[in-house]
Amino acid sequence: MSTSTDTIESLVKQDYKYGFVTDVESESAPPGLNEDIIRLISTKKQEPQWLTDWRLKSYRHWLTLKEPQWQFVKYPPVDFQDITYYSAPKQKDDAPKSLDEVDPKLLETYEKLGIPLRERARLAGVAVDAVFDSVSVGTTYREDLAKQGIIFCSFSEAVREHPDMVRKYLGSVVPYTDNYYAALNSAVFSDGSFCYIPKGVRCPMELSTYFRINAAKSGQFERTLIIADDHASVSYLEGCTAPMRDENQLHAAVVELVALEGSEIKYSTVQNWYPGDEQGRGGIYNFVTKRGLCKGRNSRITWTQVETGSAITWKYPSCILLGDGSKGEFYSVAVVNNRQQADTGTKMIHIGKNTRSTIVSKGISAGHGQNSYRGLVEIRQSAENARNFSQCDSMLIGNSCGAHTFPYIEVKNTTASVEHEASTSKIGEDQIFYCNSRGLETQDAVNMIVNGFCKEVFKELPMEFAVEAQKLLGVSLEGSVG
Amino acid sequence: MTKTPILQIDNLHAGVEGKEILKGLTLTIHAGDVHALMGLNGSGKSTLAAILAGRDGYEVSKGTVTYMGHDLLDMDPEVRAREGVFLAFQYPVEIPGVNSTYFLKAALNEIRKHRGQSELDAIDFLALVREKMKLLELGEDLLKRSVNSGFSGGEKKRAEIFQMAVLDPILAILDETDSGLDIDALKTVAEGVNKLRRPDSAQLVITHYQRLLNYIVPDHVHVMADGRIVKSGDKSLALELESKGYDWILKSS
Ligand SMILES: Nc1ncnc2c1ncn2[C@@H]1O[C@H](COP(=O)(O)OP(=O)(O)O)[C@@H](O)[C@H]1O
Ligand SMILES: [Mg+2]
Repeated sequence: MSTSTDTIESLVKQDYKYGFVTDVESESAPPGLNEDIIRLISTKKQEPQWLTDWRLKSYRHWLTLKEPQWQFVKYPPVDFQDITYYSAPKQKDDAPKSLDEVDPKLLETYEKLGIPLRERARLAGVAVDAVFDSVSVGTTYREDLAKQGIIFCSFSEAVREHPDMVRKYLGSVVPYTDNYYAALNSAVFSDGSFCYIPKGVRCPMELSTYFRINAAKSGQFERTLIIADDHASVSYLEGCTAPMRDENQLHAAVVELVALEGSEIKYSTVQNWYPGDEQGRGGIYNFVTKRGLCKGRNSRITWTQVETGSAITWKYPSCILLGDGSKGEFYSVAVVNNRQQADTGTKMIHIGKNTRSTIVSKGISAGHGQNSYRGLVEIRQSAENARNFSQCDSMLIGNSCGAHTFPYIEVKNTTASVEHEASTSKIGEDQIFYCNSRGLETQDAVNMIVNGFCKEVFKELPMEFAVEAQKLLGVSLEGSVG
Repeated sequence: MTKTPILQIDNLHAGVEGKEILKGLTLTIHAGDVHALMGLNGSGKSTLAAILAGRDGYEVSKGTVTYMGHDLLDMDPEVRAREGVFLAFQYPVEIPGVNSTYFLKAALNEIRKHRGQSELDAIDFLALVREKMKLLELGEDLLKRSVNSGFSGGEKKRAEIFQMAVLDPILAILDETDSGLDIDALKTVAEGVNKLRRPDSAQLVITHYQRLLNYIVPDHVHVMADGRIVKSGDKSLALELESKGYDWILKSS
């Protein structure tokens, strides 16, 4: 009989299903980063002068910064001159006017990824913005949404069609000075999604962006901006994949959320970038800055993330709770296997009175994976009666992986209540044997145990994506969340 | 004419990490019979139960175990379960976040599939669960909770017997099901177990005390010491043990 640890380890090993490359002719900038490249990107996108200037300011600031070293991950230095900062599939004339004009190869790519864009096949109840390398190839359901005044389009289009709004909010939550990768992104960001939900409107469907890195040696630097006006609400989902390549590729996105009075933004991520192979060759470096501002009273921002991919994940979706009575929530499942490393968590900055935050983090480590939770709960002096609850659980599968927890708590107001709970468990041979002794196979047992462990997070995901997330955990789970 | 026994253990030697724990254990269990296995702590009772259920990490160095005419030791633990072997754990395992009803339905359907029966849907399963619940006076809320999570000692033991009732095994092994139960709970559990007795199935009741055997009346009683059975008899042996203590047997054997 093999030891069950071996069995478990072989079970979590699975092939990356989205590793194919689409053969499209693309137009790329030469590798390397300088002011000319930035001007080129800006020109390609027909941007106004203020945005070109903003990019250049960001670039000059970035040059003064050093790559951060404090995170609990190890990787060779990134050669920023070896990266291609702009790559777009070649179009016949100008940008396609509608999805019918999009290169069929691209549509096929998304179909293979399970995201059909064509009108007949598009996902019911989900509007999708499909981003391929540096550009958005199409957005579904735009017209239906526009009837309610909802703007959902690529970032480039938003710059052209809603420049005032972009100018007002771009960098208002994550300034270009925020950190190394945010500065880099502000200089070279290519595309991404923009949404605006007008006053009092509840967005009738899920909005979703699907990011695909295709070109070799390219980086992806997208920018997402979501604004919920007073008493509006929206649920947004982000998904991503990349081909299998031996080199590492950089993904450094910035996401900014602005929630005005009484509004709600639910942002869910199912991250499945290529994680590299068993020896740790290749894979995406996912260095992302995500932050939401609860600007209005009683606003609410919920981050839910299921992180299964990437060679290295480095991200802290955060909430600034400025409005009185606002709420921030962070629900996370992070899985690392083979040589993957994740340093992820959140920051909850309480500024307004009666603000509340909830953090639920579930880390699963297998193989030689290293998984760190890093979280900051900051209660400023102005935050009367602030409340926080944090729960960080780690699960280890096998003996060669690691789990680490770095909670930081700063309280400047004595009326605050901050609670932190943490646990580490090993997926027990006991648990597996117990399931076996009831007639369940080891694979089903592992699925069940892991899903049970993540249940509190999965229940925060929109239904369809909860199912997707379970599948992504590395094994086909078939509804085993009881 | 003798029928094929349900379980036949012959001169079993087994251990863990090079340490021999079972040292030549022989035991035969026929259909319709209830066997009690008694013995001091550390005599190897749980080890035997674990080996019968197929737990990893034990080395069998000698002897055979035959279940319904087949080599039991050759089967994976889940196959044993599907073939009708059930172990009520001395220490039932908690599985946080996995709903008890969901778990049990998945288990039952695996067993039914193995037997060539159709899988039960949620409605039929619930009907079955309600019926079996009455048997054990089990509160329905227990089934809404995660498997054994935060259950009291007594609740865990009752939940084990409830699982047994639903899965309907051919050979049920109860490892110290009585420990941690107060007298009322003990009676309920014992009555439940008694109702599950059938002419074509058998029970191996492992216990440390004679107390349980007032309610589950065994056909055979075995006393185990240092990895083997040192004395067998009928139910009076348990009473004798109670009045004279284990020393008496250990000395006379
Ligand atoms: N995994 C193990 N590793 C080492 N020794 C063990 C292990 N399991 C049981 N033993 C030893 O084997 C003997 C029998 O234990 P056990 O089967 O639990 O007895 P019982 O159930 O009769 O109390 C004890 O001495 C115990 O310490
Ligand atoms: Mg024992």
